[in-house]
Amino acid sequence: MKKNYGSKLVTWIDDRFDLTPVRNLLLHKKVPEHRHSVWYYMGGVTLFLFLVQLLTGILLLLYYRPGEDSAYESVRFIVTEVKFGWLIRNVHSWSANLLVLFAFIHMFSVFFSKAYEKPRELTWVTGFITLVFTLAFGFSGYLLPWNELAFFATKVGTDIVGVLPVIGEPLRTFLRGGEDVTGATLSRFFGIHVAILPAIFTVFLGLHLLFIKRQGMHEPESFKKLPEEKKKYIPFFPDFALKDLMLWVIVFNILIFLSLYFPWELGNKADALASAPQGIKPEWYFMFMFQSLKLLPAHVIFIEGELLGVLFFGAAGLIWMLVPFIKVKHKPNWKVQPLVLIGILAVAFIVILTILGYIL
Amino acid sequence: MKLDRRKFLNTLLSLSGVGGVLAVFYPILSFLNPPKSAEPEVNSIKAGLNNEFQANSSKIIKFGRTPVILIKTEDNQYKALSAGCTHLDCIVQYKKDTKQILCACHNGIYDLNGRNVSGPPPRPLEQYDVKVINEEIVITKLG
Repeated sequence: MKKNYGSKLVTWIDDRFDLTPVRNLLLHKKVPEHRHSVWYYMGGVTLFLFLVQLLTGILLLLYYRPGEDSAYESVRFIVTEVKFGWLIRNVHSWSANLLVLFAFIHMFSVFFSKAYEKPRELTWVTGFITLVFTLAFGFSGYLLPWNELAFFATKVGTDIVGVLPVIGEPLRTFLRGGEDVTGATLSRFFGIHVAILPAIFTVFLGLHLLFIKRQGMHEPESFKKLPEEKKKYIPFFPDFALKDLMLWVIVFNILIFLSLYFPWELGNKADALASAPQGIKPEWYFMFMFQSLKLLPAHVIFIEGELLGVLFFGAAGLIWMLVPFIKVKHKPNWKVQPLVLIGILAVAFIVILTILGYIL
Repeated sequence: MKLDRRKFLNTLLSLSGVGGVLAVFYPILSFLNPPKSAEPEVNSIKAGLNNEFQANSSKIIKFGRTPVILIKTEDNQYKALSAGCTHLDCIVQYKKDTKQILCACHNGIYDLNGRNVSGPPPRPLEQYDVKVINEEIVITKLG
């Protein structure tokens, strides 16, 4: 009886909207299975963590009140008074960190498997843009509890923008909503974090997912070379989807475990007139940039050290985004191909400078 | 009915699935329910000086979280009543000309003892006790 109603409903919708594409996706889509298939799941985990962010973010909005006099107090209210408020806030903070981590893992796995090559250039570009916006989410969200650490990290972070020639100063004023980091900055960051970024982010994430659905999973070289009968595929539904789901459950449990045993501190309320406390540091995913800027000398030849650093990261990011369009000649006698080498150097650079940031 | 292995495992899996879903939704639903604010219960408040309060006038005072209307009648009597109309909770006002309490939202009218005289209000306004101690007006909850 129940089944009957279900199929009637499907027929009703099918008559009007033609569900063939959905049926094709569910019944015929296949995912290659090989020893590197584990990397296929990293994007899915990132997507899952984004959904967690969306849900917990909406929940926090019910109690969070932006403003110099209320932001810190409302977060304290959330973590002390609201039932499970501490849990929701911890999950939001932890999930944000894991999200960035998995986004980086996803990006480098795509890079090293050369999945960005034709025809997936735009999937790579939209993915990179989504990552940049993810980092912007992290930067703007960090300030919202309006505590000492976030206040000074935002001061430093927005100050770095100011070293850019010509556009630096106006851009800094725009970000801060004035000369200095004040309540105006908080209002601005709040608006950016909960309205502007979600809107832009959704567009690029939507495109990214659409491209993947249209083109299917990338097959690595080693898999493509196999004779047809040796190529193993699993159905997207239910096999791949269930594996995806299982991984989501595992990540969700890790997330809850971290939130329970390693809660995020709220710290002291930001005070614009107090001197900066020891150990001001950005979130770990900005650490490698922060540390590089710290290590650069004040002047390199005639350019300011900081400006050189900012320009370097800007250029590196741009090149990284355009990697699918860069043609590098294959070197038959090189053990490691040039692009792979650049990738390895990039990972090594990020890892080493992040570690230095924490021990120096 | 024979319970085979597959059925048993499926039941077990569904039960743990339901448990998992509950473990997610219970915190979320609890979070949605706002905590009661810890404002202390107020039993009496001071409402200013007797000689500064003109006869045939009124003012609205916060009594804890509820608004209270304090009225000084023409014969220098004090009346204190809850100011939230019993109809739909608008704040009432004292009409100097008719010597009545009016709720302007839907024309509810109360007399000076808080009795609902006409209009939609279903119940009288709650009365408070007013005393003048050392020239200071003190409003106290009755009962």
